Amino acid sequence: MSRFLADARLVAAKDLRIEARSRVVLNQVAPFALLVLVLFGFALDADQRTLRAFAPGLFWVAVLLCALLAIQRSVSVEQADGALTGLRLSGMSPAALFIGKASAVFVQLVVLEVLLTAGIIVLYGSEVAQPLLVVATGLLAAVAVACTGTLYGALASGLGVRETLLPILLLPVLAPVLIGATRAFDDALGSAAVDGWAWLGLLAVFAVVATAGGALAYGALVEE
Amino acid sequence: MTETMVTTGTTTGSGGSRVLGAVTLLGLATLLLFAFGLTEPDVRLHPTTGEEIGQFDAVRLLYLHVPLAVFTYVAFVLCAVASAGYLVRRTPWFDTMAHAAAEVGTVFCGLVLVTGSIWGRPVWNTWWEWGDVRLMTTLVLFLMFTGYLALRRATVDPRAAALRGAVVALVAVLDLPLVNRSVEWWENRTLHQKSTLGELKIQDLTLFTLMLGFLVFGLVLAWLLLHRFRVGWLEREDAEHGVATAIAERRAAIDGGDVDAAVGEDA
Amino acid sequence: MTHLGYLIAGWGIALGTLGLYVVSIIRRGRDLARRVPAERSRWLTSNDDGSRG
Repeated sequence: MSRFLADARLVAAKDLRIEARSRVVLNQVAPFALLVLVLFGFALDADQRTLRAFAPGLFWVAVLLCALLAIQRSVSVEQADGALTGLRLSGMSPAALFIGKASAVFVQLVVLEVLLTAGIIVLYGSEVAQPLLVVATGLLAAVAVACTGTLYGALASGLGVRETLLPILLLPVLAPVLIGATRAFDDALGSAAVDGWAWLGLLAVFAVVATAGGALAYGALVEE
Repeated sequence: MTETMVTTGTTTGSGGSRVLGAVTLLGLATLLLFAFGLTEPDVRLHPTTGEEIGQFDAVRLLYLHVPLAVFTYVAFVLCAVASAGYLVRRTPWFDTMAHAAAEVGTVFCGLVLVTGSIWGRPVWNTWWEWGDVRLMTTLVLFLMFTGYLALRRATVDPRAAALRGAVVALVAVLDLPLVNRSVEWWENRTLHQKSTLGELKIQDLTLFTLMLGFLVFGLVLAWLLLHRFRVGWLEREDAEHGVATAIAERRAAIDGGDVDAAVGEDA
Repeated sequence: MTHLGYLIAGWGIALGTLGLYVVSIIRRGRDLARRVPAERSRWLTSNDDGSRG
């Protein structure tokens, strides 16, 4: 077990170190996140009342779009220089590899969520009525998206059309996460009378299934 | 699909499948007769105002839409089972069946959405209804399997395609209850719940026609699966044959001392 | 008949699409059957020569 965790931490640290050096998420994906919020502002006629009412949904759509980029990046990092082969030959368990990569994506998603939260507060006038619910939702949704995304990243990897394939593969599967997280935020940001904590239960189930299932399936895939 | 018939060598048809096809067409003709000629439109009297309400002739679309919906799910369940079978046994039969079931299922699913929408316009007065559980679940299902088909087409290596396809199919099927649950809890009105199968004055003839619809589209599914499976099988054999031929040619070239041809520089 | 346009559209699109799909499958089948040598395209029973799966 400790070997497993050590391996996972190794992979996560590697991915995060690569990000720290290349700053792709920071310099490219984060601005994209803000850009999405701005685009929504233009599209919805920049009326703050409307934007505030829809902020939860817009927030989570922006997160999903950014997640696509973060996952693409996570996959492409392994493509260079036969890195994935090296990892496999090292005898590391595929599940550890999965948890490691998913963890790195998770961290990046949390950073993006923090940024986007600031974004909707400033740009859309959202108010955080229940900070605990916001944090819990953000973390659970990030786990769900990171794990599901890492699995699907592997499914679409090695194909010339990965960039166009990943979105249509991944996004429908994440529909429950989008619905659940948006409803939870509706409650947490006070924009609708909804029981956000109940939705959190659904997100938790998804997160657990995604983590366990993803680790299992990743093993089968990477063996190819 | 272990038919005992040998192909004629030029098509995927066989004696048995031709009979199936003929029976299916006959059944379809009979269904059309019943759906349009022998059954009554759905007309009821409003309890208080006394005016005529109901689906009127739009109900005739249900003899098409409902069977298609049922067999969409049958096809996708078949795909999931075959995918699981492939993951366990890793034989081409399971993989070919999974792919065939997915493709036919996706076609049916798209038609369910389209016929449902067309039915919904006169009856519910809208082409689409967000927050309706069955609609949303079917739409997400359609999108997931469209992705499945795209992934399979984009993956060149057949073993990788089979493996990835199996994982995607199973994840899709496991995700479906979560999708269903999340839409159900979602706050919106559910027109499907106000579902007209219950409201319909189901006289004997309407019920019979619906059952006939199930029978006919079951046959349609069977025919399509059979032939699509055979096409998939032939595709696999064709690919293997192509590889085997290429290897044989290279070997022959080496034996014949023609090194250039052997390494592929035939120019 | 009321809603005739919807009926024609619904049934028409459905049967038309299925018809096109059938044609496409038959055509694919013919092309492939032509290219694959005979011994590879038998529809097999359980006591065949083992080239199945």
